[in-house]
Amino acid sequence: MSIQTFMQHMVNGISLGSLYALLAIGYTMVYGILRLINFAHGDIFMIGTYIAFYAMTAFFLPWWAAFALALVLTAIFGILVERLAYRPLRNSPRISIMISAIGASFLIENLGIVVFGGRPKAFPIAPVFAKIFNFGGVTMVSVQLIIPVVTLVFLAMLVYIVNHTKTGMAMRAVSKDYEAARLMGIDVDVIITFTFGIGSLLAALGGVLWGLKYPQLIPLMGMMPGLKCFIAAVVGGIGSIKGAVVGGFILGLGEILIVALLPSLTGFRDAFAFVLLIVILLVKPSGLMGKTTTEKV
Amino acid sequence: MKRKLALFLALVMVFSVFAFGCAKEEAPAGDTAAEGEATETESDVVKVGVFEPMTGANAAGGALEIEGLKLANKLYPEVLGKKVELVIVDNKSDKVEAANAARRLVDKEKVSIVLGSWGSGLSIAAGPVYKDAQVAAIGTSCTNPLVTLGNDFYFRVCFIDSFQGVVMARYANDEVGAKKIAIIQEISNDYSVALSKFFTNEMIRLTGDEDVIVSVSNYNTGDQDFTAQLTNIKNSDAEAIFAPGNFIESALIMKQAKELGLDLPMLGADTWETPEVIEIAKEAAEGAVFSTFFDSEVPLTEETTTFLDAYRAEYGADVEPAAVTALAYDAYLVALDAMERAGTTTDTVAIRDAVAETSMFPGAAGIISLDENGDAVKSAIIKVIEDGKFKYKATVEPF
Repeated sequence: MSIQTFMQHMVNGISLGSLYALLAIGYTMVYGILRLINFAHGDIFMIGTYIAFYAMTAFFLPWWAAFALALVLTAIFGILVERLAYRPLRNSPRISIMISAIGASFLIENLGIVVFGGRPKAFPIAPVFAKIFNFGGVTMVSVQLIIPVVTLVFLAMLVYIVNHTKTGMAMRAVSKDYEAARLMGIDVDVIITFTFGIGSLLAALGGVLWGLKYPQLIPLMGMMPGLKCFIAAVVGGIGSIKGAVVGGFILGLGEILIVALLPSLTGFRDAFAFVLLIVILLVKPSGLMGKTTTEKV
Repeated sequence: MKRKLALFLALVMVFSVFAFGCAKEEAPAGDTAAEGEATETESDVVKVGVFEPMTGANAAGGALEIEGLKLANKLYPEVLGKKVELVIVDNKSDKVEAANAARRLVDKEKVSIVLGSWGSGLSIAAGPVYKDAQVAAIGTSCTNPLVTLGNDFYFRVCFIDSFQGVVMARYANDEVGAKKIAIIQEISNDYSVALSKFFTNEMIRLTGDEDVIVSVSNYNTGDQDFTAQLTNIKNSDAEAIFAPGNFIESALIMKQAKELGLDLPMLGADTWETPEVIEIAKEAAEGAVFSTFFDSEVPLTEETTTFLDAYRAEYGADVEPAAVTALAYDAYLVALDAMERAGTTTDTVAIRDAVAETSMFPGAAGIISLDENGDAVKSAIIKVIEDGKFKYKATVEPF
């Protein structure tokens, strides 16, 4: 394999990995606070993409306004999901809330089919995202450059919020000990709402970037990415934000490289994620970065 | 209080799933004339099952075919003095759901005959159900040979992939002049894999070169990233790409190929003729060539004109019907014709025998004669995507 081809594969893998990372952060944050796997996360991602789509096609908003609107509305949507499906069950056994999460996921998917229809929609792409560059034989679309940058910027902001702000300190406290945090005067409900808002906002961000890269929208589009990003979060060590990003990159690069290096195994590409999950659970159940508790949200 | 709220929410969720399921069941009934006349007895209605993907990866194809079926039902609402009611079930683009949907048609709805589906894999999955229940099924655009092979109850109004694969191989050899071809196939789709196989065999026969196919790469239904496969193809000495497969994935392949600077002729098959291919791939779809069943610019029979007039009256003068819409329309006509010849709407075996005898039937998408396997023998049309439209290129007669 020539160096250009290898670099091309790396570019492809990094942009896919960044998208996985954005979604994986949402899983890991909610888990860190509530010890809950938010199965509806992939569907919140889908809702975010559709909001951006309708803002641009039905309300003719410019792309930046549509994206901003999608982030805000999706954050509100995520908070609503928490209010309606998770909060009433907070003191129930953990299995009930998990089943509620699965129910919420199916509900959102099926509502999506009813409201948006089953036919795929084409996500409009502003020209600024579709410029094609060629660096010595390695071809790139501008959105492929934007995705990793956006991911890293938001990661840095998030790490700052968690480690250097009062809210972040409260988040860490809630994740360490829920009851003790309440006794210390932290409004746990507000912190949880905030966590869901941020997680859903990142899902919407992942959604619009996903739409720019893979411009076809269907109501079930969140299923497979949702599953894979959950795996990315577990691989990186669920509860750890940096771990989620590392997990996302490992998954994205791994998927691309398995096709690149072993073309005969392409049919098993999705299996790669699940095999990785099994291996990690066997070898290091806490995930790659799971032990570094300071990063827990 | 909290427990009550939780219970209520759980009920809302359960209910919504049911409401969703029922809504789909009832919606098609609302489209038939029978709905308003509750006084009609069961025996005055002929139930025709429609077995199509309305959700999932193949939803757009299913929607195009349902358009054709509804149009045919509107023009020809009666058979043997009874009202025809379309009973639409959603096979959800999923092989397991397909068998369930088929079972519902034959067990619960007790339909006289079944029409559909878009997607060979779905038809193959449902085949044994129809065979066991002894209800005839007429395939609309399922082109895989295995749909009808060994199943006396499955027929179809379209040509099959052994023909289509050869047509595209000849095009690649004669018109494109490609001596090295890369195949990218949807490994989990029977339709795509079979087409690749027939295409490969014919290419080898035509060129006499065992290595004419330089690479075969795979993807799964629902995949969205094909950059790795396409980068591998870019790195090979392929002169053209043959990419039979579902239209969403194919559109993304075209788009990503362009983004990677991979400027090779793209060849495909009938699934590409959905508006979504052009909407999603935009200018990356330009120049893509595929085989299909029908073109509105070359009317084939008198029924073609009837169909086109009715279609344009219904959906607007500037809308071009897709080939699969015409095929679905034809499947409905063949079903009615068979029931008329059989003189029954309830004896499903007699109806099956009448379908099998269909010969020289003038459909909108050509003359339909079924061979001993139950497959229609008809010509193929080659189309190209130009200026964001599907354009007629050539007609290939059966050989």
